[in-house]
Amino acid sequence: MNALSAFLLRRRGGAGWHWTDVLAYLWLGLGLVLMFGPVLWLAVSSFKTPANLAEFPPTFMPLDAQAVRVQGYEQPLALFRVTLDDGSEKVLAQVRRVGIMAQMVDPQNPGPVIRVPIDRRTPVREIKLATANYAEPLQQFDFLRYFRNSLFVTVMATLITLVVNSMAAFALSKYEFKGRTAVLGIILATLMVPLSVIVVPLYLVVNSLNLFDTLWGVILPTVATPTGVFLLRQYMLTIPDELIDAARMDKASEWQIYWRIVLPLAAPALAVLAIFSVMWRWNDFLWPLIVLSRKEHYTLQVGLNAFSGELNVQWHYVLAMTVLSIVPVALIFLFLQRYITAGIANTGLK
Amino acid sequence: MSHLVLHRVAKEFGSVRVLHGIDLEVRDGEFVVFVGPSGCGKSTLLRTIAGLERASSGEIRLDDRIVNDVSAADRGLAMVFQSYALYPHMSVRQNLAFGLENSRMPRDEIEKRVLEAARMLLIEPLLHRKPRQLSGGQRQRVAIGRAIVRRPGIFLLDEPLSNLDAELRVVMRAELAALHKRLNATMIYVTHDQTEAMTLADRIVVLRDGRIEQVGTPLELYNSPANRFVAGFIGSPRMNFIEAEAVPLDGGAGVQVNGRPQRLPHLDLVPGSRIVIGIRPHEVSVTDVDQGAIALELTLVEQLGAETILHGRTEQGGVFTVSAPGQRRYAIGERIGVALPPEALHVFDAEGAALPRG
Repeated sequence: MNALSAFLLRRRGGAGWHWTDVLAYLWLGLGLVLMFGPVLWLAVSSFKTPANLAEFPPTFMPLDAQAVRVQGYEQPLALFRVTLDDGSEKVLAQVRRVGIMAQMVDPQNPGPVIRVPIDRRTPVREIKLATANYAEPLQQFDFLRYFRNSLFVTVMATLITLVVNSMAAFALSKYEFKGRTAVLGIILATLMVPLSVIVVPLYLVVNSLNLFDTLWGVILPTVATPTGVFLLRQYMLTIPDELIDAARMDKASEWQIYWRIVLPLAAPALAVLAIFSVMWRWNDFLWPLIVLSRKEHYTLQVGLNAFSGELNVQWHYVLAMTVLSIVPVALIFLFLQRYITAGIANTGLK
Repeated sequence: MSHLVLHRVAKEFGSVRVLHGIDLEVRDGEFVVFVGPSGCGKSTLLRTIAGLERASSGEIRLDDRIVNDVSAADRGLAMVFQSYALYPHMSVRQNLAFGLENSRMPRDEIEKRVLEAARMLLIEPLLHRKPRQLSGGQRQRVAIGRAIVRRPGIFLLDEPLSNLDAELRVVMRAELAALHKRLNATMIYVTHDQTEAMTLADRIVVLRDGRIEQVGTPLELYNSPANRFVAGFIGSPRMNFIEAEAVPLDGGAGVQVNGRPQRLPHLDLVPGSRIVIGIRPHEVSVTDVDQGAIALELTLVEQLGAETILHGRTEQGGVFTVSAPGQRRYAIGERIGVALPPEALHVFDAEGAALPRG
């Protein structure tokens, strides 16, 4: 605890607060609110009931009407704070509402029914987590299946990305051949072509390869990334050529040089690319939406989209499943962030 | 042990010619040192022998087999690199074993050879360490060990000691010499340090601008350099050169040095031609100013204990170095004379080729 407070209240030497300390904390505080605020809002809102979500002004915490079981009534009754005619306040349970009048009973004395105008009562609410937001989609909509599909796509695409891109990067960084820079230039130039431009031809290719509506149709078009090739190439350039010469003298084949020398030494860059690839593939939406048509092949992001109907959006499900979908990426960030910062610092990529 | 013959080996990088028709023979068990200033092509020549570079033309014969088109892996040679090039992610043991694993040698044989090499190089306790946990000298041993376990036909060493500090370099130099004797191996060693070349070599190959200037034993090169470049390159401190004109003297030819005629015992000296006289700093002796053949004004005095190196300027403005034995007191700016014993003089013609002694 001491260490934590020492960490949080760290200042620029000395005992007093320098104005730069104040500025730094203000700036960091602002950053925290800007970055973390929406995530927190999402997480909290995912536990709200649909009614609570639709309220205006919105409440911060998930609130739900408190209900009690009252003798003589089958259903739990919602509690209200009521101002009675004599000006006193009382907590009553509502039996039913008729027009502008509500019929209420005292939970302690359920006999007599009290009639109260509805503008004289306010609901008694408590913080209550609407866990049904999570449970129902997982049961009814087979979200676990979407989850599995997403996991499969992410893992396979990342593995293939690493292998394919590192091979290209190896050739582009360690072999001298005519047109090497031109090839790299062309690869990098594809960065400027957005998916929306090539989506139709890509669709035709995938379709003619009989990959339409399969997970492999989602995976394969994404595995060769110019960013990955560039990132790995830049890193491999730093591996001394003498090592590769040494391996050649040691009778290593080109494959062994790649597999046993270059790949292990490029591990930090591979880790960075793996993290990026996981995030990209996990968050992919447009391409899976185009390729996948049957529900059992949906990935998580496409599955989320199913909650948005034409007329109404089931926000409570969308929010809850969004939280679930960002958990893996958040975990990866949490545990591998030092590789990410190292990777960005090394290669100037984001 | 292998026998290597180079025949008119040339190498071009694009339009730049780095090696100009090298002819050389390296015999079984010989320790040959390639020496020359940086950029002379010595490393390129070594890499061409190794198979890491392709010769543009010419023939490389290894045990009477032309190996121009044989890959580096299949030439059966081993190389020690300047940066050691140890695989950083492998332990010392794995580094040593890597080449043997690649040639699909049985496990126990690999183990045997690794241990043998480790014992020979005193790196046995380090076998489980990673290269970054080793000191410079230890890395050097591992790099040599990696070559030894392969039992190569020829060891190729590319400036292996240049990353070590001066003291360690002397130690490793001696160890390398001992290793050569013990393994009775053919070694080709590249360096720009002529002291290393002199101490290690059976034969030295002096290279300049992609051409062989002279091949010979260290003393041959020292005593009778073939040209002015070799004379200047071999020996430390460098040989002194004085430009002069050959004049006829009674009974032969000689030069006028500082107005005094000096007879020269060299043949083919054409009176009237421009020549260059060379003399090693150790061969000259210090005299009084008016006694010597030339007068020097001292610009730097290096007291090394066993000898005193005097750097001076001649009256013509040329630099001249004298190595005087013992410890002597000289002041900067002092004027001394130096005598040039005729028997120690080297004479080069205008093109730099040495004139034979009579």
